[in-house]
Amino acid sequence: MIRCEHLTYVYGRGTPFEATALTDVSLAISTGEVVGIIGATGSGKSTLVQHFNGLLRPTSGRVLLDDVDIHGPRVDRRRIRQQIGLLFQDPEQQLFEETVVADVAFGPRNLGLSDDDARARARRALELVGLPPDRFGPRSPFELSGGEMRRAAIAGVLAMEPRMLILDEPAAGLDPQGRRDILEHVRRLHRDGALTIVLITHSMDAVAQLCERLLVLDQGRLVADGPTRAVFADLSRLTALGLGLPQVTLLARRLGERGLPVRRDVLTIEEARVAILEALAVRGRGVL
Amino acid sequence: MEFFRGLVLGQYVPVDSAIHRLDPRTKILATLLLLTVMFAVREFAGLAILTVLLVAVALAARIAPAYLLRGLRPLFWLLVFAVVLQVFFGEPGGHPMFRWGPVVVTRENLAQAAFYGWRLLLLVLSTTVMTLVTSPMEFTDGLERLLRPFQRVGVPAHDLAMMMTIALRFIPTLLEEAEKIMKAQMARGAEFTRGSLPTRARALTPLLVPLFVGAFRRADALAVAMEARCYRGGEHRTRMHVLRFGPQDLVAVTVVAAAAAFALIPPAAWRGH
Repeated sequence: MIRCEHLTYVYGRGTPFEATALTDVSLAISTGEVVGIIGATGSGKSTLVQHFNGLLRPTSGRVLLDDVDIHGPRVDRRRIRQQIGLLFQDPEQQLFEETVVADVAFGPRNLGLSDDDARARARRALELVGLPPDRFGPRSPFELSGGEMRRAAIAGVLAMEPRMLILDEPAAGLDPQGRRDILEHVRRLHRDGALTIVLITHSMDAVAQLCERLLVLDQGRLVADGPTRAVFADLSRLTALGLGLPQVTLLARRLGERGLPVRRDVLTIEEARVAILEALAVRGRGVL
Repeated sequence: MEFFRGLVLGQYVPVDSAIHRLDPRTKILATLLLLTVMFAVREFAGLAILTVLLVAVALAARIAPAYLLRGLRPLFWLLVFAVVLQVFFGEPGGHPMFRWGPVVVTRENLAQAAFYGWRLLLLVLSTTVMTLVTSPMEFTDGLERLLRPFQRVGVPAHDLAMMMTIALRFIPTLLEEAEKIMKAQMARGAEFTRGSLPTRARALTPLLVPLFVGAFRRADALAVAMEARCYRGGEHRTRMHVLRFGPQDLVAVTVVAAAAAFALIPPAAWRGH
């Protein structure tokens, strides 16, 4: 659905502060995928996704949505932004309306929907992120808790009814419960809403749980693109890039080093449980 | 989209050069002197001398001329407006060059317009060069020191300087934040650059509300952080960077003062010798 061809982006061209943010990035993301983007701070993750909905224009190269260049002459950029929902980091900063429901309806209103339709969409979106519209809708967005604000902001993007949802660090700065809630909602949006998901995060655990495929960026270059399991198989490379492994994968490795024959490529707690039990059974120490 | 990329005026470019290393007081005083002289000058020759001086300073400070010119771009229409006004609505009388209906363009008015345009350019150029070679911290330090003699008559030099430091420090932060919020709202279908003026003014609400909320939150956090480190105004504070007026500053001041003096001498006086 989205394809980048030889995408290069230079910030502040022609000033003393010129900096290349992306160099020759080519990739494709298909409908229905859940893709994680990982990379050290400043590796170009946020810059890359801002190309997906046309907020940034490539310095060279092309971005195509369904094989149409999104910077083509007759393309309505607003239509692109409706289809590709992008949630920025710390999205609670974008709240501005007097009530939650009005804020969430901002997107649909911009799409030219009537007030009633926009509100109906807003209510649906609030439902999706677990904020019952009757209870939260009339409140001021500035009275919500951090996690609730974050979810209201996600609803603001969901109300556009996009086909793809890009989330930049959606769980950063939340408490563990808030983090679990957000990730659970993302998972559900993919499963029930058939949304294509792109997740930027520093949490290796989150991508291990959610993403089938990982893109790894390093200093503006795409250095790895493959199934999550395959990417996490190469620890020394990830460490060199300033990244790491999910906790459970690390645990499996450590157990392996201590002599317990556990599969090394586990990604979730459930997989780890099965793998450890199998390994214990092999050793003949019995089963818990 | 980088909305605020074009901003050159007020930008500091950290390069190491003889000009950058000057005492900020030298730079502030020299700029003030030049600005005053620019208003006092009556002849093209004076402007030419000041232009040569500014170009020399920019070259010595290793500022790319193209970058400097870009900084003048926002000024373009103001300049055109001022010049056109001067050409067509200048003083009556003089030698007509051409006529266009009731409008008469005289040689004198054309010269006047060129003179004002040039002066406006120089005014902006000199302040731009000053900010390009002086870091905001140095600038406020210099200003505080220059204002200190006026403390006796009730000018709160330190507080003014501190307020300015903070304001300058947060300009880039706020611009960055504004850009981010604009993009976030554009991702929700907002338009900031299209429509009639009232439409555009209304479109600013989704930008301004979050920006103000953020600014207040930041101000609060900053106040707490300053109090946590026992900040209590200017009394008995020592400085990390002590300003030093060295021989190079003396040279710089002399050069600028000499150029200013030359610029003020009317060419007739030159011919007299």
